[in-house]
Amino acid sequence: MVFLQQLINGVMLGSTYALVAIGYSLIFGVLRLLHFAHGEVFMVGAFIGLGAVVYLHVGPLVALLCAAVGCALLGVVIEFVAFRPIRRRNGSLLAPIVSSLGVGLLLQEVATNLFGAEQTRFPPQFEGEMIRLGGLFVTSTQLFILGTSFVLMLAVHLFVSYTKYGMAMRASAESTDVARLLGINVDTVIVLTFAFASALGGVAGVLVGFAFSAISPFMGVSMSIKGVAIMLIGGLGSIYGAMVGGLILGVVEVMTVGYLASSYRDAFSFALLIIMLLVRPQGLFSGASAAKR
Amino acid sequence: MFNSYTESLAVFFGINVLMAFSVYLPSSAGLISLGQGGFMAIGAYTSALLTAKDVPFALALAAGAAVAALIGVLVAAPAVRIRGIYLIIATLGFGEIVRILFINLEFAGGASGLSGIRPLTTLWYVVGVCFFVGLCLWRLRTLTLGRAILAVHEDETAAEAMGIKLLQTKLIAFGGGAAIAGLAGGLFAHYALFIDPEQFGFSRSAEAFLFVVLGGSGNPLGPVIGAAVVTLLPEVLRFLQDWRMSFFAVLLIGCAIWRPGGLVAARPPSRL
Repeated sequence: MVFLQQLINGVMLGSTYALVAIGYSLIFGVLRLLHFAHGEVFMVGAFIGLGAVVYLHVGPLVALLCAAVGCALLGVVIEFVAFRPIRRRNGSLLAPIVSSLGVGLLLQEVATNLFGAEQTRFPPQFEGEMIRLGGLFVTSTQLFILGTSFVLMLAVHLFVSYTKYGMAMRASAESTDVARLLGINVDTVIVLTFAFASALGGVAGVLVGFAFSAISPFMGVSMSIKGVAIMLIGGLGSIYGAMVGGLILGVVEVMTVGYLASSYRDAFSFALLIIMLLVRPQGLFSGASAAKR
Repeated sequence: MFNSYTESLAVFFGINVLMAFSVYLPSSAGLISLGQGGFMAIGAYTSALLTAKDVPFALALAAGAAVAALIGVLVAAPAVRIRGIYLIIATLGFGEIVRILFINLEFAGGASGLSGIRPLTTLWYVVGVCFFVGLCLWRLRTLTLGRAILAVHEDETAAEAMGIKLLQTKLIAFGGGAAIAGLAGGLFAHYALFIDPEQFGFSRSAEAFLFVVLGGSGNPLGPVIGAAVVTLLPEVLRFLQDWRMSFFAVLLIGCAIWRPGGLVAARPPSRL
């Protein structure tokens, strides 16, 4: 029973990881870019959600929507300011990494100056009520997080599989040159990818804020690094890999804390990362070259 | 001659120069590392634990560098097969694992860190080590090994066809970088007098990486200039108060756009 309870908690944590990692994968798939500022976009999402709840007194769904829209805009601005000029100049492989580290630092510093370095939290009514399912306990917030994450994952699946823009995204991930030859406006696809990925990251930020009531300008740092680990475990650029990888990591972390010690919490994720690199560098889903299906 | 503020600034600048060198050496063989903070931690803890047992400082520093180099070679042996972005991710993962390991090592103080380290690092010690390492790196460029490293960086297949031992060259470059980071860690520990695993996390590794990319990885002077900019600029920008790091971040983005090759442009060493 304890095991099942831990499993539920792990899946809940993992589903938020998955949302962040999907964004990472989408961006990596199209641009071959490790977007180290993605964790900070996640952090900004949490603050937007918090602001909407505290100042506009909206419900959780509207807060998610605010964060999604706000972060989508932020993502587009980041692409235009920090990445597009580098591509125009055919910068090296490392220049975009420097740029993304700069963006991450900038967002962190601005957030610290605006909101202070201390942890803040959502009002207590967002903790939800305890629901008993047989011998298991879940809160309504946990169910909300699970529901939202899985609906969004399904939406991502439908979007990339069946819509025109989703297909354009996949084509660009396969090869930007060929996509361009086929008449796809790759620049539009890239902007769209940033908007979409950042919106998912923002939603994940609010969800994590609901679940753990600990929002601070530095909450994105570990998420940035974990996002990279998850993406690699799932297969670089594979969105389904990101989903599965996120869930695995969430469960492993919760089990580690539950059965071993909390100080080992992150050890397994990175051990898993190194093992994957050595044994199966293309990841669980061998979409190493592209955001394939 | 120096007041304590400028002295500590100079010491930390010297340590940063060493960290920049530790990224520069492997990067000149095409091995980009985002995990040098891990090697710095290994050097810092090893030497601090040794001087606590009354081992002479120089010996403890060397031991820290040696342990870091050994672990660097062990890590790199399987890892040099992977390239580019995969290697960056692998080193990032390694840095995190080292940090988590030290959090769980009870005899090294665990998460609360190691305090009461003896104040053995002096400014002249740091200056001496910096010059020694810098000279070695400068000299290396015209030696057979240095040229082999450069050849591996330019084109692995061609280098191998010329009879250069690929694995050996890469391992020396990576192990050497790890040793330099270990030295930097040892000097840091005996100046800061308190170390904990969080000081050697991702931000430390990313900083060291930035020194090199900002300064330029063409010759050993680039990393020094990169380290100077990153260390001294926040001090110069003090008048901006709370916004100085934001300004610095904007500067980073600007450099990535307008100076992607670094502040000191790459120029290969003279022909044979």
